[in-house]
Amino acid sequence: MDPLINLILFGCLGIAILALSVMAVTAKSLLRSATYLLLVLICTAGLYLFLNYHFLAAVQISVYAGGVLVLFIFTIFLTSNKGDLLERHKIRKYIMGGLAALGGIAVAAFALLKHQFVYGNNTTIEGDQEINMKIIGEALMGTEKYQYLLPFEALSLLLLACIIGGILIARKR
Amino acid sequence: MFFIGIYGFITRKNMIAILISLELVLNAVEINFAVFNRYLFPEQMEGMFFTLFGIAITAAETAVALAIIINAYRCIGNIDIKNLNKMKD
Repeated sequence: MDPLINLILFGCLGIAILALSVMAVTAKSLLRSATYLLLVLICTAGLYLFLNYHFLAAVQISVYAGGVLVLFIFTIFLTSNKGDLLERHKIRKYIMGGLAALGGIAVAAFALLKHQFVYGNNTTIEGDQEINMKIIGEALMGTEKYQYLLPFEALSLLLLACIIGGILIARKR
Repeated sequence: MFFIGIYGFITRKNMIAILISLELVLNAVEINFAVFNRYLFPEQMEGMFFTLFGIAITAAETAVALAIIINAYRCIGNIDIKNLNKMKD
């Protein structure tokens, strides 16, 4: 692809993610907030596609946009009262939050600008170097170095425990 | 995006809003993993797998947290954090 088009695309995605996440945090109603979160997650999947991580984009869409967001909306509908809009904190709380965020941004920007990154030996990012599914599958299912069977199984155990725990907590007494 | 999430975490009162902010934070971290993997070490894929496992763990955590929120709503009747200062009554 043309580098200029790449740059424009990346800029659009980044600006969309930033603006939508601000709106997700500051939106008045919870349902609107969840919708903005959905758009942020889809834009993130677009960013992964942009980086040629096609598998990651598919996982992002199916797990986040398909699973987590449905859970969110379900819970919002279950627990929302009538006039349940944004309640006001004290002004001091907002100032504290803004200060924490700005301080964090300052530290991160300082570290980013100060540090000289060592790029990998192939700096041609734009080539189509998509990791194919065979390599991903073998890396997920192997037990040697740089292969991930043990975390995979631990994660499946965690998911099972989480399903049982969720049912146990949320069921009626 | 990470710090927008932190801002929301501090300034919102509703528990679901706090959880949404938490999702934003985790998502930002995962983008960071993927981007650094792609631009600094393009021939390896550790960051990608870290992101993959991170997404799955986030889904699990969200499910448990929403179950707790539903339970708290059933006990108390609303989901503001200032009403949620006793575990059992």
